[in-house]
Amino acid sequence: MAHQSLVLTMMKNDKGGTTLLSILLALIIIIPGLNLFVATDSIFHVSTYTLTLLGKYLCFALLAIALDLVWGYCGILSLGHGAFFALGGYAMGMYLMRQIGDRGVYGNPELPDFMVFLNWSELPWYWQGFDMFWFAMLMVVLVPGLLAFVFGWLAFRSRVTGVYLSIMTQALTYALLLAFFRNEMGFGGNNGLTDFKDILGFNLQAGSTRAVIFIASAVALALGYLLSRYIVTSKLGRVVIAVRDSEDRARFIGYKVESFKLWVFVVSAILAGIAGALYVPQVGIINPGEFSPLNSIELVVWVAVGGRATLYGAALGAVAVNYGKTYFTAVLPELWLFALGALFIVVTVFMPKGLVGLWQQFRKKQAKTSTPETSPDSARDSSRATNSIQQGDD
Amino acid sequence: MQRLLSIKYIILVSLLFISGFVVASEPGNTVSSDAVHAEGVPENNFENTIPLFTGKGFKKKTAAVETLVTVDDARVLSILQAMLTNKLYYVKSDKQVVFLEKQQENIKVTDVISNEILDITEKSKLKKISVNNKLRKLLRGYIATLRVKSQDDKVRAAAVQQVIKNMNETSYALLISLLETEKNESIVKDAQAGIALWDLSSGDKQKKLAAISTLTNSLLPEVKNKLESLALPDADGNYLEADELVRAKAKSALVKINDRIAYYGVLENIVFGLSLGSVLLLIAIGLAITFGVMGVINMAHGELMMIGAYTAYVVQQIMPNYIGASIFVAMPLAFIVAGAFGVAIERLVIRFMYGRPLETLLATFGISLILQQLVRVIFGPTNQAVVTPAFMSGSLEINPVFAITYNRLYIFAFSIMVLIALVLILKKTRLGLQVRAVSQNRNIAKAMGIRSEWVDALTFGLGAGIAGLAGVALSQLTNVGPNLGQAYIIDSFMVVVFGGVGNLWGTLVAAMSLGVINKFLEPWAGAVMAKILVLIFIILFIQKRPRGLFPQKGRAAES
Repeated sequence: MAHQSLVLTMMKNDKGGTTLLSILLALIIIIPGLNLFVATDSIFHVSTYTLTLLGKYLCFALLAIALDLVWGYCGILSLGHGAFFALGGYAMGMYLMRQIGDRGVYGNPELPDFMVFLNWSELPWYWQGFDMFWFAMLMVVLVPGLLAFVFGWLAFRSRVTGVYLSIMTQALTYALLLAFFRNEMGFGGNNGLTDFKDILGFNLQAGSTRAVIFIASAVALALGYLLSRYIVTSKLGRVVIAVRDSEDRARFIGYKVESFKLWVFVVSAILAGIAGALYVPQVGIINPGEFSPLNSIELVVWVAVGGRATLYGAALGAVAVNYGKTYFTAVLPELWLFALGALFIVVTVFMPKGLVGLWQQFRKKQAKTSTPETSPDSARDSSRATNSIQQGDD
Repeated sequence: MQRLLSIKYIILVSLLFISGFVVASEPGNTVSSDAVHAEGVPENNFENTIPLFTGKGFKKKTAAVETLVTVDDARVLSILQAMLTNKLYYVKSDKQVVFLEKQQENIKVTDVISNEILDITEKSKLKKISVNNKLRKLLRGYIATLRVKSQDDKVRAAAVQQVIKNMNETSYALLISLLETEKNESIVKDAQAGIALWDLSSGDKQKKLAAISTLTNSLLPEVKNKLESLALPDADGNYLEADELVRAKAKSALVKINDRIAYYGVLENIVFGLSLGSVLLLIAIGLAITFGVMGVINMAHGELMMIGAYTAYVVQQIMPNYIGASIFVAMPLAFIVAGAFGVAIERLVIRFMYGRPLETLLATFGISLILQQLVRVIFGPTNQAVVTPAFMSGSLEINPVFAITYNRLYIFAFSIMVLIALVLILKKTRLGLQVRAVSQNRNIAKAMGIRSEWVDALTFGLGAGIAGLAGVALSQLTNVGPNLGQAYIIDSFMVVVFGGVGNLWGTLVAAMSLGVINKFLEPWAGAVMAKILVLIFIILFIQKRPRGLFPQKGRAAES
């Protein structure tokens, strides 16, 4: 009961978040229903492909919220969040790999196919325990969290900030990319982990399993949103925002800036890892490509498109950009990179607050229709003015 | 009968000459054929020997080869080599002997005497002049002999090294006869090593000891193998060499050789590391300007290099006959083209976001995607081949275990030149003064009458232009393709961050030390692992010194 009221008070001043959660609730009820219980030839039928695609978007939305938590609220532009996502994915992939059992091409009950192929005689120590679901899920949380903890502890303590930190996170994901490409690492090298058969005994290809994973993704997204929202509205969140706006001042006031940053960074990494773990059973593969720095930067654009420091905006941006990607790559594959590139530029130059910012501006204008003097340029002028203030501040 | 045949061929060949063949062939050949006419077939010449190759059966072919090698003609070697590699054919209809080269799906047929390309497109009209193992062995021997006697120092040196790999009585005699006339020091040394190697297989103890002392100075791999087989026991613990003294001497020679090889190994690591470092320097130096001096994170830096590399490619396409000159045209052109792109990027996008470094990162990343896709649309997604000019190919061989390729040497010199030029521009020119002024304090600089916007555009253009130059250099080292820039962008950021932003000397030291560290790690960790270790090293290093090796001091450091 107390918990419920907490959620309610939290959502009171959060129109966007309420909308997001309502949409998620609707999706959870409608989409799997339309997929499972409506005849295939009906126009209301949702194909398993669409269901999986939507589930994928939900995972990306969770990942975007995770990044928005550190970038939007803490000012840490991580260019390596894809690494945490991929690590969570690999942990899940390892579990699914062990579930294949002796149904692989080589029929080895213990070793995954690629290890047999490499003439390995026994399972490496870091693969032990992944046949148990609970252990794999623990690792989904633990591995990204631990990496974020170690990296963050080192970086924040020695006050690596801003651009330097961004480049270091990029180096981190690049190093992991190179490492996971190596066959000797024991994670399937170039091909990654794939050919999954089932999860918890249920066939992964079955529509009902897919529906359950879809629901799990939606629930994870909702919980991830609520957690992030809770963090940013709590007292701790206020300090985190203070750190973003002026790290030195927050430090001088007496806050231990490093600990706050580290805490948010680790939570964000764990959310990203969970997103990855839900993503892998839906797409059926995890390979080192997920570590590519390009993916992590693309992720930043989702957040920027949606609107930084809004959380629900990040989710919106992730879905919007990925829908665009799905659409463009199917219809005009040559144009996709042009469109994405242009999006980067347009968003950063012309709409620093993203889609959410555009909507808010639009609402404001509607409210001000009585005052005719508003010139269309005023918005840009004011944003420039704030920029110059920021410059002076720096 | 044989004689009759050959006379018939001589008539045929002379006829060919009369019918204007003379014009096509080299003057030297004409003279030799004239001589034949004058003396009336005293001995075999090239033209009349060639038809012998169309004879059936290996005996006749062997005879043809043996006759041909007595002819003193530069073309003999190419015939033997073609025969060995199954590229020698004759036309079924008129028994004309030809070279056949496969070019993708087509075949290129060339007459062996005149070097003219014949109009034959079907392989069925040709018959291969086949060889058997016995003939192959014979051919190899003759080829080696011919090459050892070649006038060209390089061919001779390579031939001697080839001969040493497989010493036998004939090659022993060959090397001894070579030593009588040879003037080139390194070839003499190799030949002596070859002779000593053969002496080691002899039964004479004194000869063996003398041979070992000759071989102590040689770094040839064959020498090392031979000495190892003498000095060390085989798998069963038996010694191949019965004599203790010879064994001990061989052992001490081996130790000396191994020491020298180890020494050159370290030297090689340093040189290769510096060479890698010079590439890193070249790709990072433009970034050091845009990132270090202007505070702009230019993620499109790699794509500006790609534009430079493609400029080199286009210039080569325009002047395919002057590859050597093309690179000197490409360099200024790449600087201008990439620089123009840089100025355009600065004017259109970056000037809106000074002071917001994280957002410039995103915007320039968008630009990099657009540029990549643009190149894909114009030139296609595949890699383009950029030809290495003759003066840059080949390598400087200092000894058998240590060689540096010329392109590495040129790129090293080039990157140092670029660095010096840049330092001079920043320190000695008016533009440099203005750039430094704007980077130190924009408002005061403006107050002093500096057009800061103009300076920004030019600085960014300068950084972009240098990226273009780096692209030309990279086109000589790697594939020129749309992904060229992406492959190097992280490396270049690492160098700048490691060296300390805003410090060109820091960039130099960082690039060179990262290059050397990488090369020293490679032998025992593997290339990929070495790269990972270097990345981890930088990540940890930045924790210790968050502003790099040479941090900026004073007020500028705060921004």
